[in-house]
Amino acid sequence: MKVLVAVKRVIDYNVKVRVKPDNTGVDLANVKMAMNPFCEIAVEEAVRLKEKGVASEIVVVSIGPKAAQEQIRTALALGADRGIHVETDEEVQSLEAAKLLKSVVEKEEPKLVILGKQSIDSDNNQTGQMLAALTGMAQGTFASEVVVEGEKVNVTREVDGGLMTVSLNLPAVVTTDLRLNEPRYASLPNIMKAKKKPLESMSPADLGVDIAPRLSTLKVEAPASRQAGVKVADVAELVDKLKNEAKVI
Amino acid sequence: MSILVIAEHDNSSLKQATLNVVAAAKAIGGDIDVLVAGENCGAVAEAAAKAEGVNKVLVADNAAYGHFLGENLGELVAEVGKGYSHILAAAGTVGKDFMPRVAALLDVAQVSDIMRVESEDTFVRPIYAGNAIATVKSSDSIKVITVRPTAFDPVAGEGGSAAVEQLDVVKDAGLSQFVSEELAKSDRPDLASAGIVVSGGRGMQNGDNFKMLEQVADLMGAAVGASRAAVDAGFVPNDMQVGQTGKIVAPQLYIAVGISGAIQHLAGMSDSKVIVAINKDEEAPIFQVADYGLVADLFEAVPQLEEELKKVL
Repeated sequence: MKVLVAVKRVIDYNVKVRVKPDNTGVDLANVKMAMNPFCEIAVEEAVRLKEKGVASEIVVVSIGPKAAQEQIRTALALGADRGIHVETDEEVQSLEAAKLLKSVVEKEEPKLVILGKQSIDSDNNQTGQMLAALTGMAQGTFASEVVVEGEKVNVTREVDGGLMTVSLNLPAVVTTDLRLNEPRYASLPNIMKAKKKPLESMSPADLGVDIAPRLSTLKVEAPASRQAGVKVADVAELVDKLKNEAKVI
Repeated sequence: MSILVIAEHDNSSLKQATLNVVAAAKAIGGDIDVLVAGENCGAVAEAAAKAEGVNKVLVADNAAYGHFLGENLGELVAEVGKGYSHILAAAGTVGKDFMPRVAALLDVAQVSDIMRVESEDTFVRPIYAGNAIATVKSSDSIKVITVRPTAFDPVAGEGGSAAVEQLDVVKDAGLSQFVSEELAKSDRPDLASAGIVVSGGRGMQNGDNFKMLEQVADLMGAAVGASRAAVDAGFVPNDMQVGQTGKIVAPQLYIAVGISGAIQHLAGMSDSKVIVAINKDEEAPIFQVADYGLVADLFEAVPQLEEELKKVL
């Protein structure tokens, strides 16, 4: 079966985020960018499904500027077979991303679509669910285990208080949580091979989707910073402070 | 304006997060209706009717909603919610699952995890793991919003007397089935709403050592949490994770034990009223946000803490 994986180019996980002095956003100039960590887990899961003989082809799609092709190439180096780049320099919000992915799903007709549960920039946690709703597919969100059985997929989900397993009709959308797998690193030979894998580029207009945003960001501020408090000498002093100064116990 | 709040519950009791979300709805202003969707959830509807500021409680009681499957809830809430100006739910794993479906079915954007209401169409929410705070304005006719419960003081759970109305809308998308669930059984308070949280990090070294934290937690009636590092290392299950990708907590007292204080962890607990850090590395970033820091080996400090607490509690 064909698996479609969506990946997003975001600020690297290890970069310290700085708000611009004019409060219009976060400073992304000369900042290291990378594949969103949850998307790496999505690619890894697809590759494992292929290694198990469950997936026959992995198509990776990314929406974003020209540079997002780097993340597509990374996914190709990790084991995806071909790439689709929906190129735009405009901001694409979750609903519009879901509409673009819906168009890709209609063209490609995958049995399974795997996405990260959220991106670490906007922290929205929406696109997978929206794609599922727009395409009338079932969804297995925050997945920690994915088992394909015939025309169904069993997804174990990380929910408040524990785990929940659901059985979904295929085609379905799965969004990844942290414990689903541990992504591999791309080997040098595979990085070289990835350069030759097919990558198709298209625009939102080619897909017939209006990507005008519905939400406008009025300002972005740094969070109120917490002041460091005092160091206590020992446990007795700590308990005394908690009881008599902070009065929280 | 009219606001629909989707109750969070387990079919037998109303979760406190619902009262926090009603508080967010009050901050927006307008009539507030609460939708209770579940199976044999009459007691939940009665509890919701008593919440302060609720105008009407709508009940969709059907097996299709018993396990809160996103496909079914999405269709139900989009149908019931299309007559409202705002649809609100708690940003827990249930709300995060079905609300984007509602937004997509209504062809509107969703505003996730709001911390503050500026006006009926403008909301404040964290981005980049809380390292930046965005003020966003929605131009959609229906605002679909998930609410960070800890950011709003709950309305009173008693005193109200809203009318309860049964809905006979049954939306079974037929796309998914519940198979099983494995919920951690604990007599401790719920992590997300506990007044005191004791969390352990990589410094705990293994899962067995969390028993030390549990003993301290039980003395104080606290919940036990963990950092992502402790979860990734396999010490404890993921539902204990506090942080950007886990639970957001804001208790009166947060005790971080053997936690270095990665940005991802701070994003989940820095709104706590009082933060205590116990770590042997005095350079650990957790000390920069801690009200009280103790530089010590946790394997000595935690048993001492248990003894000292026994004296005063």
